[in-house]
Amino acid sequence: MAKYILKRALAAIVTLFVLITVVFFLVRLIPGDPFNDPKLTDTVRENLYEYYGFDKPLVVQYGIYMNNLLHGDLGPSTRYMNRTVNDMIFESFPYSADLGIRALVFAVSFGLVLGILAALNRGKKLDVVCVLVAILGTSIPDFIMGAILQYVFGVKWGLLPVAQYKGIEYTILPAAALGFYTLASVSKLMRSSMLEVVSQDYIKTAKAKGLSQGRITFRHQIRNAIMPVITVLGPTVASVLTGTFVVESIFAIPGMGKYYVDSVNNSDYSMILGMTIFYGAFLILCNLIVDIAYGLVDPRIRIGKK
Amino acid sequence: MAEYENLLEIKNLSFSFKTYGGTVKAVRDVSFDLRKGEILGIVGESGCGKSVTAQCIMRLNPEPPGFFESGEILYKGQNVLQMSKPELKQLRSKEIGFIFQDPMTSLNPTMRVGKQIEEVFTGHKDISKVEIHEKALNIMKLVGISDAEKRFRQYPHELSGGMKQRIMIAMALVSEPSMIICDEPTTSLDVTIEAQILDLLLELREKLGTSIIMITHDLGVIAKLCDRVVVMYGGKVMEHGTVDEIFYDTAHPYTNALMNSIAGLDTDKNTVLKPIPGTPPDLFAPPHGCPFAARCDYAMKVCQTYPPEFTDLSQEHSTACWLQHEWAPKVDLHMHNRQRKETV
Repeated sequence: MAKYILKRALAAIVTLFVLITVVFFLVRLIPGDPFNDPKLTDTVRENLYEYYGFDKPLVVQYGIYMNNLLHGDLGPSTRYMNRTVNDMIFESFPYSADLGIRALVFAVSFGLVLGILAALNRGKKLDVVCVLVAILGTSIPDFIMGAILQYVFGVKWGLLPVAQYKGIEYTILPAAALGFYTLASVSKLMRSSMLEVVSQDYIKTAKAKGLSQGRITFRHQIRNAIMPVITVLGPTVASVLTGTFVVESIFAIPGMGKYYVDSVNNSDYSMILGMTIFYGAFLILCNLIVDIAYGLVDPRIRIGKK
Repeated sequence: MAEYENLLEIKNLSFSFKTYGGTVKAVRDVSFDLRKGEILGIVGESGCGKSVTAQCIMRLNPEPPGFFESGEILYKGQNVLQMSKPELKQLRSKEIGFIFQDPMTSLNPTMRVGKQIEEVFTGHKDISKVEIHEKALNIMKLVGISDAEKRFRQYPHELSGGMKQRIMIAMALVSEPSMIICDEPTTSLDVTIEAQILDLLLELREKLGTSIIMITHDLGVIAKLCDRVVVMYGGKVMEHGTVDEIFYDTAHPYTNALMNSIAGLDTDKNTVLKPIPGTPPDLFAPPHGCPFAARCDYAMKVCQTYPPEFTDLSQEHSTACWLQHEWAPKVDLHMHNRQRKETV
C-alpha cells in the first residue's frame, strides 16, 4: 500500500510539473499582459516589468518561478498590489471548502438514498419522482437553481438569508444550489447501478439462502452498486471543494471561485498559475483517495497487498 | 417402491411470465415427484423450462413478472405456493439448498466466502456464532476444501472455478437440508473438475442422505448420477422413468433424438452426429398438440392438434406420446436408429 501511494505521488509530481510548465508558457501566449492598461505611462510600465521580473528572458523567469515554487511561494499577484497568491488562496479556500463539504454531504447522502429508493420501487410513483428530480437536477444550471432558491426561500418566504456567509443559516441555500447537480447525478447513477446489480446471480443466491429482502439490499446489493458512484466522486469532490464562480458570486461568498475567472480576465500570470497548481494538486489527491476507497469497498481491486 | 416416501411432489404445475410481448408459458402442466435419498435428473435443451421449474420449488423466480397459473408444489406435504414469508424463509434456509449454474457469478464478489456460507444461518435463533463458524468450517472440509481456515477468509476472486463451486455446494449443504437442487452445476467447469464435483455429490448423498434434483442438458451427467430421469421439452414433461428405462427403452422420439445428438466414446470419427432439426417451440404461443410435433420424425396428424396423454409403460416409466396409442403405427425407435446408422 505504501509503495503504491509513493508511486502515485511520484506520478503526481511529474503530472504537476508538466501542468505548470505548459500553463506557464501558455498564459504568456495570451495577447496582452497584466499591465497593458492604456492609462499607464511607459516609465511606470517599465518599472512594473522590472519589479515583477518580466523584463528578463522567459526561460530565466521560468527558472525563478520554479525555484520560488519549490519554497512554497506562488509569487505576488499582479492585479492586487501587496498581496501574494498564497495569501489569497489561504483566505478564500476555507470558504469554498466549507461550502463544498456541506454541498457534498447533502448531495451524496440524499443522492444515494434517492437512487436506492428509486431502484427498490422501480416503476412505482417514488421512482418517477426520483427520476424527475434527477432530470431536473442535471438539466437546470446552478445559477438558475441558485436564483430560484434565493427567490423562493429568501425573498418570498423569508425563511433563509438571501446572500453572504455569516452563519449556519447562510450556508443552506448556496450548499443546496451547489450540490443539486451532484445529487441528481449521484441518484441517477446509483439507481441504474442498483438495477444492474439486482439481476446479478449472487442476488438470487442470497435469496435462495433465505435472507430477508432488507439484508439482501444492504449486504449484497448496495455495496456492489456503489462502485460507479465512487468513481465519479473523485473529480466531483475536487471541483466542488475548490469553489465555483457562479454560485459564489450569486450568494456573495468570498470563496476561491471568483479568482479563477478574475485571474484570467486580468492576465494575472501568477494567480492563474497558482490556481491551476492548487486545483491540479487537489484533483490528483482526490483521485488517489478514490483509488484507495475502491479497495475498501471491492476486494478485487485491493492494491499492493499480498 | 415402498421404502421411499415422496419428499417433494409437483402436481400439474404451470408457471408463466408476463412480458411486454405477451405471456411466456414457461412451464406447462408439469408433474413429478422426488423421493427421499434419490437423485432425480431433469434433462432437456435450453429454454425447455427445467430451470424455471426448479426455481418454482423455492419460489426464486421473480414474481412479478412470473406467476403461477395452476398446480401445487408439496414439500413434505406442505404447499409451497401457500407458504407465508417466514415459512418460505425457513424452507430456503433450512430445508432446500440450491446450487446455481455459474459459480463465477453466483458468489458476492465483495464478501468473504466463509461469511457467505455462514449467512445461511441469519435469523436462526437456536444456534450460537461459534457453532455457526464450526459448521461452516466442517462443511468446507466435507466438500473437499483443504486449508478451510484460510479459504474461509478469502474472497471469491481468489478462488478457482472448481473451488467456487465447492463453496456453492458447501453453502447449499451447511444447514443440512433434506434436498438440494443443482441447476447445471458443472456446465461452466472443465471436464476434470466436473467429474470431481459429480463424485462429490454422489459421496455427499451417501454420507448425508440428501435428495438431489439434478438439472442438466448433459446425458452423460444423468447416466453417471441419477436414479430417475424426467425429460422436458417446450415446458412439458415428455417422458420419465428410471435411468435404464430412459436410456435402453426410450419411448419418446424426443428422448431418442437427444440420444442421437451426442457423441459417445465408441462413436466412429466419421459418423455424423444427428442434430434435431428445427428450433424449440415459441413459448409465447405454444402449440396445442405435442410441443415436439413440428420436429418429430414420426409426427402424425393427431400430434399437431391434441396433446398426448401419459401412457404408463412400467411402474416408473411413462411417456406422453401418441405413438403409444393402440391405433398408432408401431415404431421401434431402437431398430430405427440402427438402420439409420447403417445407411449413413
